[in-house]
Amino acid sequence: MRSLFRPGSRPDPHILDDHRPEIRSLERRGLLRGGLSLGALTMLTGCDVGESSAVGKALRAVSSLNDGVQAALFDPNRLAPEYPESRVLKPPRFNAYYPIEEIRPVDGEAWRLEVAGLVENKRSWTRQDLAALPEKEIIIRHICVEGWDYIGQWSGVPLRTFLERIGADLKARYVSFKTADDYPSSIDMATALHPQTLLATRYARETLPDPFGYPLRLRTATKLGFKNPKWITAIEVGNVYQAGYWESRGFNWFSGL
Amino acid sequence: MTVTISQSFASDGPRLHPWPVRIMHWINAVAMIVMIGSGWGIYNDSVIFGSLYFPQPVRLGSWAAESLLWHFAGMWVLALNGLAYLVYGFVTGRFRERLLPIRIADVIRTVRETLRFQISHDDLTVYNAVQKILYLVVMVAGVMQVITGLAVWKPVQFSWLVDLFGTFQGARLAHFLGMAVIVCFLLVHVTLALLVPRTLWAMLSGGPRLAPPRLRNPHAGEPR
Repeated sequence: MRSLFRPGSRPDPHILDDHRPEIRSLERRGLLRGGLSLGALTMLTGCDVGESSAVGKALRAVSSLNDGVQAALFDPNRLAPEYPESRVLKPPRFNAYYPIEEIRPVDGEAWRLEVAGLVENKRSWTRQDLAALPEKEIIIRHICVEGWDYIGQWSGVPLRTFLERIGADLKARYVSFKTADDYPSSIDMATALHPQTLLATRYARETLPDPFGYPLRLRTATKLGFKNPKWITAIEVGNVYQAGYWESRGFNWFSGL
Repeated sequence: MTVTISQSFASDGPRLHPWPVRIMHWINAVAMIVMIGSGWGIYNDSVIFGSLYFPQPVRLGSWAAESLLWHFAGMWVLALNGLAYLVYGFVTGRFRERLLPIRIADVIRTVRETLRFQISHDDLTVYNAVQKILYLVVMVAGVMQVITGLAVWKPVQFSWLVDLFGTFQGARLAHFLGMAVIVCFLLVHVTLALLVPRTLWAMLSGGPRLAPPRLRNPHAGEPR
């Protein structure tokens, strides 16, 4: 198909021949200038660790290596410490890549959880469907990559139970999430199957408030806070790595505790 | 006769800082700077002391993600190099030879001499008592940084490490204070190295040759 951006009538090709020397000198000058400024740029960005620089690439390679080290350190049978109910922070601390005023509440009645990838049953789930599944409560420490923490009380269906229910391939490498706030995320299967990894629907025994992920969010005791997507709309089981919101900005993917 | 032997030993005896020590020292220097600068960048996202922020020029990484990348790459260099240094120090007997014994009387004398600006730097091969204590303190602080760092990095897998410091924030505070100890050491260490540049040169070239142990005066550090 013809491009919409191409002009209807083309200029006479002889114009190029008439001005060939000038065009050539222009190109040469541009190349020279471009080369010089490119050289200057590499000097300016000596400390740059953006994705494209050599240092940035090396640091990201070490970060990938650290994913493997953390997966090896992860003990699927080790439980995170749990705490008495009296220490639970109410309400929990809000965190997202935007301020709390900008949250977009999800309509729980219209909401559906889509299921995709290496699963036997791909029908979508309503809140009522999820409420019928066995529930578990955990009182765990939330640790943010920034350094702050609080103790929270979460309940919902264990992700393992849900994955078994939908006939997921439990030997797949990743469980990935899509959310209503465009915050993609993915975790390793070992963490997904950990007994303290929930699809949470309640906080401190109350329905999840809007800022904390109503109607469904992930809550795992063995990863940093940013690995817990809120307002989940789709879960995919697969072997293809999908970077999350913060991971694509340089944060470590595994981020296990 | 003894004199000749002593001289022939001294001319090709071991250097004050053998090459492995020099290499590990400078790798450690770079790793420490990377860990401190990137640590300051990470700290800023959630400060421990209300008004204490580290300004951009002293931070490594333009924002937390970059500082974290540096920190979790630098940790391998710091830990592996530090481990090699500790093994070397114990196996070759360098630690025992350089850093022990530390006597209370020597400490008091060194402090007194320092206050009177009478401290002697004539013999680089003998550390004074305060020097010995500072080197021991910074080595312990370095080991503690690895331990508290592991607690902060893996508070679930190593939850027993967190328990040593009370809570997660306790471990984080200990990690910060360990950094503060190392920074204080660095200020003293670098200042003194610049005041007595021969020490700096010794860490590059190896420094003076040592007499063989059996001919060394066991009381070399004492006033004559």
